[in-house]
Amino acid sequence: MSDIVDARGLSCPQPVLMTLDEIKKVNKGEIVVMVDTDTSKENVSRAAKTQGWQVFDIQPEGEGYRITIRKD
Amino acid sequence: MSSKNLFATRWGIIAVGIFIGILAPLLQKWGNPGNMGICVACFDRDIAGALGLHRAAVVQYMRPEIIGFVLGSLIAAYMFKEFRPRVGSAAIVRFILGIFAMIGALVFLGCPWRALLRLAGGDWNAILGLFGLITGIWIGTRFLKGGYNLGRTQQTYTSVGWIFPLLMLGFLILMLIDPQVEGQGRGKLLFYSVKGPGSMHASLIVSLIVGLGVGFLAQRSRFCTMGAFRDLILFRQSHLFLGVLSLAAAAFATNLILKQFHPGFAGQPVSHTMHVWNFAGMTLAGLAFALAGGCPGRQLFLAGEGDGDSAVFVSGMIIGAGFAHNFGLASSPKGVGPNGIIAVIIGLVVCLFIGFTMRKKAS
Repeated sequence: MSDIVDARGLSCPQPVLMTLDEIKKVNKGEIVVMVDTDTSKENVSRAAKTQGWQVFDIQPEGEGYRITIRKD
Repeated sequence: MSSKNLFATRWGIIAVGIFIGILAPLLQKWGNPGNMGICVACFDRDIAGALGLHRAAVVQYMRPEIIGFVLGSLIAAYMFKEFRPRVGSAAIVRFILGIFAMIGALVFLGCPWRALLRLAGGDWNAILGLFGLITGIWIGTRFLKGGYNLGRTQQTYTSVGWIFPLLMLGFLILMLIDPQVEGQGRGKLLFYSVKGPGSMHASLIVSLIVGLGVGFLAQRSRFCTMGAFRDLILFRQSHLFLGVLSLAAAAFATNLILKQFHPGFAGQPVSHTMHVWNFAGMTLAGLAFALAGGCPGRQLFLAGEGDGDSAVFVSGMIIGAGFAHNFGLASSPKGVGPNGIIAVIIGLVVCLFIGFTMRKKAS
């Protein structure tokens, strides 16, 4: 089961900080990050890639996005 | 879902930085004050003057660039389906941060945008300002690491997101129906400088078009002069920093071509040489921008895409400009204002209070 980071309603850099905290915590596996702006979507995706995680899927959800990142 | 955003790529942000870096010195060539082709803080301050919120006669003009920034961002946000009306995240804190960001910027005499442009024009006093800016942002990143945040926004009515862009549109209409009469310091409503930096400006249409272009591209690229340093310090991410770097490099090259590069400390346009207070003023501004989540330009672009909290921050900046000039806080080429030093100290104390007390982890 994926870990979920709910960063909706938070402005930058909070979504990235929360994602990086979660990445540090779980080290590998799958994390779902929920954001509500395109800027956060781009920032979280960029930050995940720099940590060696793969942006597996981005789906619109409600007024925002559900970003799935993975590392094996 | 919107298509891939080319402007948010590495080359996209570099291109936007170059675009702004070329246009800002050109705006100076076309009439804007020295090393002030674009200065968000100075231009907000001029708008405060145009509205009579302060009576410093040399800095009163309804800057169309600012209006363009907001409306350009609004257009981009609608074109790419990114207009998201939202409010509710510590508005009063943002308002106070806006006030002190403006006071800090006016002690230095420029925002981060102008600090870069001053450097690119050879004003070495800007080096102290940029060191101060980085110091302030660094302090802000310590708070962010410690759990500081402004809390979550809530979605709201579309009309709420429209309020600030409509205010800007109203300002533009005011300019059109109440234009400056040659040599007159007052229209029917608006105040106009007849001398000093406020009297120096490119034509309304040129300023507006450049403002719209910058607003459009900055919304797409998420260009942010504070975020550039913050992300570098916080995440070792150079994405936004590349935009700032390319802005400075392009402005330097354009200034050389236009013969606007005049290196030195003394006698620089709208600048003073009190190094400690250039540094401290921008430390305050940098910390306030970091705590508020964006540089003054980014706050305008966010306001254009529906962020009502950013609009409150900008409103704080405009009111802060009123305080700065009414109470002798703003600097002049002669040096800091009579109450500028104490204002910077109070501002730093207030920002530290905000940073230390808003550390609850978002749930």
